[in-house]
Amino acid sequence: MSGGVLVALAGQPNSGKSTIFNLLTGARQFVANYPGVTVEKKVGYFSRGENRVELVDLPGTYSLTSYSMEERVSRDFVLGSQPSAVVNVVDASNLRRSLYLTFQLLEMDCPLILNLNMIDVAKSKGMEIDLEELERRLGVPVVTSDGKRGKGREELAEAITRPSPARGLRIDYGPLEPALRRLQKLLEAQPRLVGRCPFRWLAVKLLEGDPEALAMAREGADDWREVEALLDKERESFSQEFVQPPFRHIAFRRHQAAEAIGQAVIKTTHAARKDFTDRADRLLCHRLTGPLIMCGVFYLLFELAVNQGGRLAALITPYLGQMQRFLEGFLPAAGYLEEPLLTSLASWFMTSINALLVYIPQFFILFSLIAILEDVGYMPRMAFMLDRIFRRFGLHGNSTLPYILGGIYVGGCAVPGVMSCRAIPDERARLATILTVPLMNCLAKTAFYIMLVDAFFPQQKAGAMFFISTITLLTALPIARLLTMTVLRGRETAPFIMEMPSYHLPSPRGVLIRAVERITTYIRKVMTIVASVAVVIWVLLQFPGVSAPRMEEHAARAQTQVSQFLAAIDGTPLAAKVKDMDQVTALLTLREQYRADKAGAAGDAEASRMVDQRYREQDPDFLAAFQDRRAKTYRALDKLRKERADLWREIKQERIDNSILGWLGHALVPISRWAGFDWRINVAMLSSFAARESATATFSALYGIGGGGQSLGASMGESSGDGQAITALNATALMLFMALFPPCLATTIMVRVATGRLKWMLFSFAYPSALGLGAASLVFTGGGALGLDGWQAMWAYYALAAGFALLVGLIPERSAITNT
Amino acid sequence: MTLDILRPGSQCRVLGLTTAGNLGQRLMDLGFHPGVELRVIRNAPLLDPLEVEMLGYCISLRHNEASFVEVEHL
Repeated sequence: MSGGVLVALAGQPNSGKSTIFNLLTGARQFVANYPGVTVEKKVGYFSRGENRVELVDLPGTYSLTSYSMEERVSRDFVLGSQPSAVVNVVDASNLRRSLYLTFQLLEMDCPLILNLNMIDVAKSKGMEIDLEELERRLGVPVVTSDGKRGKGREELAEAITRPSPARGLRIDYGPLEPALRRLQKLLEAQPRLVGRCPFRWLAVKLLEGDPEALAMAREGADDWREVEALLDKERESFSQEFVQPPFRHIAFRRHQAAEAIGQAVIKTTHAARKDFTDRADRLLCHRLTGPLIMCGVFYLLFELAVNQGGRLAALITPYLGQMQRFLEGFLPAAGYLEEPLLTSLASWFMTSINALLVYIPQFFILFSLIAILEDVGYMPRMAFMLDRIFRRFGLHGNSTLPYILGGIYVGGCAVPGVMSCRAIPDERARLATILTVPLMNCLAKTAFYIMLVDAFFPQQKAGAMFFISTITLLTALPIARLLTMTVLRGRETAPFIMEMPSYHLPSPRGVLIRAVERITTYIRKVMTIVASVAVVIWVLLQFPGVSAPRMEEHAARAQTQVSQFLAAIDGTPLAAKVKDMDQVTALLTLREQYRADKAGAAGDAEASRMVDQRYREQDPDFLAAFQDRRAKTYRALDKLRKERADLWREIKQERIDNSILGWLGHALVPISRWAGFDWRINVAMLSSFAARESATATFSALYGIGGGGQSLGASMGESSGDGQAITALNATALMLFMALFPPCLATTIMVRVATGRLKWMLFSFAYPSALGLGAASLVFTGGGALGLDGWQAMWAYYALAAGFALLVGLIPERSAITNT
Repeated sequence: MTLDILRPGSQCRVLGLTTAGNLGQRLMDLGFHPGVELRVIRNAPLLDPLEVEMLGYCISLRHNEASFVEVEHL
């Protein structure tokens, strides 16, 4: 045997399957989706001898029925792709329960290898497993491993590439056997079914009443009527004779078989003492300490990822800036009046990308911490404690992780949040979570909030930030409930029931692999989208641009400014070196460079002196104009700089005003004025679709925050031109709108990926738009009518939202479960 | 008697399930079969879901799901 070998990895949740996957494949793995569904498909590769093994990680499932997407995917893979081996990873300390899945795999006639993983845990629990006996009873090779410590790789790889022996154990279904045989015989007489699946497996599934198997048989049988008649008769008579339907009997026989094997192969060496998990859970799931510790965990996540990560980000920001300046150095230099298009585009592009690169440290810390929590086994505990609240709102205990990643308090990203929704087994809750996670507080929006809060609520900073941080959750929960009651009604739901795994020490390798995997997905997905959208937005902001006659006026003004400057420096040594507009422009550029170099040396007197020294050597007259406040040239140059900045700003504003996006901003005013937004705010919001942080930049440009040292609040408070002055009430409406505003494009695309449907992507965009505009209008128009100021309106809205959330939470749930 | 009405600390034995379909299947997958003994460990801080120990592992399930498990007190 040589060349490519296809191998599947199957196992129950918490069996340590992903550890084994990492152990075998190392870093050579790829993540994709199974065609057409939202289930993640992980594929890895490794070589052994001359075999190149393609290892597919099937989703962790307890069983192989057709009730859940994950189970259907696993089953279809084993039947359809016919892997040359299936490795069944089993938690050795839970052997009995795990065999339940093993039997179903054996029934599918696949060449099985049983991998007893976490053999160390079983030993420490006082269990000794008779491997030979297990091998004999199951009829398949058994290989032990301790994935966490990296033990068992060789043995597993060896077993995978060794040709498999004869078929394994066949479960004896006792009194159902005659019926099974009759059905199997009839199925074998249907030529079109040959090769699609093992007949005995199909017979069992048909008697169980498995809908997918029924569909397969109906479609594939040559005489389905005859098969159906026999099936109905067998099920009927069995149910009558043995007082239980065949599916219950089948499950019970598997359970009994597992018990029998368990008793034969497991020797308990010492009575299991109260283990660590048990004692830890007394504290971690306790009525009082449980929620307290959970709050502590949330706080720690926030502190380490957002605060400490933010500090780390602040450290790398200057380097990113330097890199950008370095790259910009290769671009055509700006003229006196405006910069070349290429330079403008490249700068905008790099600024957009840098805005995202800055978040990488924070996300890396966040992803690592989450991976640790997952490894330890704390996630199911959080789901256990929070399920009651989430369920009230149509969500699921497992919605906790997506909400945390999305930024349940402050600072997250909806992209990983939406990605992690896969872990929610209930389709309705999963969709509700996917659609509401983008309402959480994205880290990129924070800069915008801080800008507004600093400007309009300087006295109540903490209160205003608290408002923003919590209002999103207060909105998301009732929205989720309303969604499940309306558009998501009738979606598949799943039971909550889940295992509470034992606590484990996290393995650094596994944590690292997962964190890196998530961050690369984030970078790939977010970066590519942001980069392309940034270009589109730039075009929309740039064209058609300022009209030619206006541009001539600006050019004339520029000429006047330069002439005045040249007149002012007349007679100084500088005048001999700077004679025309090009030279003046070059001087201004050099001044900026000097300023940047001085800023780079900030705090270091020696370095600062060195910078001066360098410029003095270049030209002492230039340095005087840059630095010597008493010099005539300094004052003239400073005046020119300010005049030029004003001119640039005016041109920029005019250009945006004349751009497509500007036109759109104006066009939206009839709607947005209810929320108190003028065209400039509209443009800022529209321009932030690539990345939320663009809003801050566009805002600054439109409100003329320049080098004048004027604070944002002051300049926004001034009424200028055709825009209106911004009040605190505006600011509240604006923050609220930003909080509820549609997700950025990267998130919207993730929604498309996670749901597999374009309509959900459009919906995830449309409903927050309406919601944000409605809430902002309520605050601005309603609050204005009542004569409330921004601070009062904020809390009036908060009370309304809280009341609404409470009301929605009190709507009784209808149970979807039916009795038999 | 059904599993959902038992208090933490009580022990019981499964008699049967009164639901089929998705929930019934999942209950069986996790070992709720006639004769299996289990112990209610705790309720969640907000009283729902509950956690039970059976066959050497722990399961958490909601009360309305537990109400489909017929048990007898031990």
